[in-house]
Formats: sequence, structure tokens, C-alpha cells
Amino acid sequence: MKIIKSIIAAAVLSAAAMSTAQAELRLGLDSAPYEPFYARTAGGEWKGFEIEVGEALCKAMNEECVWVPIAWDGIIPALTSNKIDAIVASMSITEERMKTIDFSNKYYNTPAALIAPKASEIKSLDDLKGKTVGVQVSTTHANFAEAKIPGATVKTYQDFNEHNQDLFAGRVDAIVADSLALEPFLKSKEGEGMEVKLTLKDEAIFGLGVGAGVRKADTELKDKFNKAIAQILEDGTYDEIAKKYFAFDIYGGAN
Amino acid sequence: MGEWYWLPDYGWRFVEGIWVTLELLGIALFFGFLLAIPIGLVQVTGPRWLGAIARGYCTMIRGTPLLIQLWLLYYGLGSLFPYFPELRNSFIWPILREAFPYAAFAFILSVAAYEGHIMRGAFASVPKGELEAARAMGMGRFTVLRRIWLPRAIQNVLPTLAGEAVLTLKSVPLASTITIFDVFGVGGIVRQETYRIYEPLIFVGFIYLLITAVLVVLFRWLENRVPSANRA
Repeated sequence: MKIIKSIIAAAVLSAAAMSTAQAELRLGLDSAPYEPFYARTAGGEWKGFEIEVGEALCKAMNEECVWVPIAWDGIIPALTSNKIDAIVASMSITEERMKTIDFSNKYYNTPAALIAPKASEIKSLDDLKGKTVGVQVSTTHANFAEAKIPGATVKTYQDFNEHNQDLFAGRVDAIVADSLALEPFLKSKEGEGMEVKLTLKDEAIFGLGVGAGVRKADTELKDKFNKAIAQILEDGTYDEIAKKYFAFDIYGGAN
Repeated sequence: MGEWYWLPDYGWRFVEGIWVTLELLGIALFFGFLLAIPIGLVQVTGPRWLGAIARGYCTMIRGTPLLIQLWLLYYGLGSLFPYFPELRNSFIWPILREAFPYAAFAFILSVAAYEGHIMRGAFASVPKGELEAARAMGMGRFTVLRRIWLPRAIQNVLPTLAGEAVLTLKSVPLASTITIFDVFGVGGIVRQETYRIYEPLIFVGFIYLLITAVLVVLFRWLENRVPSANRA
């Protein structure tokens, strides 16, 4: 009897120990690669600008962090239902999202771009009348295309790489997406015939840049993120990482 | 019971989504069944080689996921287009550009295989004596098929075909992976824009339930119209 009791006691104790030891911060990102921000190597490790920034932030916050890949459309629900603690996945800070979750200050900000085949004559949004524009579902780019491109058909894709493929195939005439995320595609064999036609600015739609998404109740974590962001900006860690990936100011200037 | 404030905003898109679902389902079932008749028949009547091709076709389609077939058709073919630039000026380019024809085609192929398999059994199950009697009455081969064999075969498998139709309905959401937004796809948009999970899913599920109910009633009506030899 005694033995059983002590086994139970040990089990209870270790369970309690485990739950307190769960100090790991779970950072959610999109399970599909989004280069150069995050992508998996053949060895299964996460690499990219955002990964390095995220890890620098964790170091500054003094937290152990793990990356948790989640399908893009389930990433906010994963946060609100406590499956992850923060979203570090190139998510733009928008009012619509602020209804459900909260964000830290931005840690980068890149313009949206419209790309199309080099041969096509697109000089303004009006030239897209009667054309088909590809976007990824539930992105600020999709909202922009729906609202600001008059007379164009918007074709909505589940995945970033799929609309690139269909631009190559010729099924869409143009794509609206993040200028930086498009860069690897423009350098690839499929994308070499494409170019950036327009750089798009619209603060109301594209938001204030990319921040870490946190639960609304989690103001403590939000403050920690803000402090960490300020810290790595100040001590040069951020610039050091940014220099490795981009030839320009990825932070996008003062807020 | 949840939050439904979003429903009026998306009402019209759901109507469009339901229409897309019904359109794809209708096309798939109609043309799929038309193809299923010869696919089933040649497996029973021969010629042998044609029967083997039909059987091989059924095995191949039934043995691979519909999602893979859909993607092979849409993205697979699409990746070849740039190597044939003359395609873009041809008259079929407007069709090749759209996603809908690929989805319709993939669903037709799938229904043809599943129902072709059913029709093979259906044709085989009609008693030989009936067909011989019809021949003895002086009917030609085609008339026997049209007036006796096919109606008797369909009569036997109508409940099975009804089941297939319901299963096909529930395959249609796959189309949303190639940019066609059926009811399920619209539900996905709501989910992603409002960050509500359960309500859109429950709503979409309810719509499928309704469409299924309509299908079941429709097939029951058909079954009642066809006089059954097995019914007193």
C-alpha cells in the first residue's frame, strides 16, 4: 500500500513540476515557408530573418522559445485557444486583427508590391481593369485587391506559392503580395520573367508593419516583447541580423 | 449559441457558394453518369481489351485520392503551359485559365470511375433470361439495351447511386484548394476574416445537411417512379 501511495505521490509531484517547468514560450509561425523570413532547412531546422529576430527577442526576454508551425488560417485561433503564446509569423498589425488579438510594436515593415510579367503594360492600378489578380486568402494584400483595384477579378489562393505558380502558368495577370516575400520568387527560374510593377502604400489596409501577436489578456508578454524589441534595436543585434538578409532598412524607420 | 453577427455580411457570398457547389455537383453527376454507362457496359459485354481498359481506369481513379487528381490536372498541367507560349493565343486559353473547368473535369472523371464500377455490377445482375426474351421478341441489340438492360440495371442500383451522389457532394470542397470557392470555401473565408471557428463550420455543415436531404428526397422520388420487380 505504502509503495502505491508513494508512486502516486511521486506522479503527482512530477506532474506539478512539469506544469511549472513549462516556462517555454511557444512562438507560432506559418507551416508553409515564407522566405526570406522563415523556412525549414532539409534538416528540419527553422532559418530566416524572422527566426533570428525571434530568437534574439527571446534572448533579450530571457525566455526559452520553441517554434510551433501552424497552418496560416488557424494561427490566430491557435493563439486564442492557448496552443501557442505568441505569433511571430510576419503578421501585419491591422485593426481587424486587433479586434481579436493584440500586437507588440512592429519589428519590421515592408511595402506591398504588385508583380506581373515584364512584357505586360501595367503602370497604374487602373491598367488592371478586366485583368485577374492573384492574392493569398485572408491577407492585407487580399483586402487591398478587393477594395482598391477597380474592375479586376480577384483570384484567391490558399497558399503563397500557389499564386506564384499560377502567375508563371499565366492564369493570373498579376499578384499582390509582400515585396520582400516575392524576392526569392523573382529570382527563381519561374519568376525571372516577372518584375515589380507597382509598390503599394495604404496604411489603413496594410497596417503598421509586422508585430508579434499576443493574446489580449497577456499584457505582460506584450510589454516584454516591446522592451525586447527596443533593446535589440538599440544594442545593434537587430541591425546585425538585418544586414545579413537585406540591403536596405527593413525596420522601415521610426514608428 | 455562438456569435452570428457575421452572417448577414456574408449571406450573398454563401448564396454564390451554394450555387457553385450545386453547379459542380450537377455537372459531375450528370456527365459522370453518362460516362459510367459505357464504362460499366464494356466490362460486361466486352470486347475484352476495352473491358480491361475500363477496369484499369476504374482501379486507377478509385485507387488515388481525388485531391491529387485535382492538383495534377490544375497545377500539373498549368506548370507546362509556359513551355507552349502559342497556347496563350489559342481559342481554348480562356478555358485553360479558369479553375472551374479543371474542377468539373476532375469530378466527372471521379464520378465516372466510381459509378462505372457500380454499373458493371448492375449490368451483370440483370438476369440473362430477360435479355434473351427481349431478343426473341425481335428487339435489336441497342433496343434491348435502351428498353430492358439499362433500365433494369439502374433500377437495381438506384440506392447505391444515391449514396455515391451524397459522397460526391462532400468531395466538392476540395475545389476550394484550386481557388473555387464553394460553400466550404466561403466558410473558410469567414473563418479567416472573423477568426470565429465553430459558427461558420456549423453553418456550412448545416448547409451540406440540407443539400443531402434534398438529394435523398430526389432519389427517393426517382426510385418510386421506377417500378421495381422486387416490390409487391
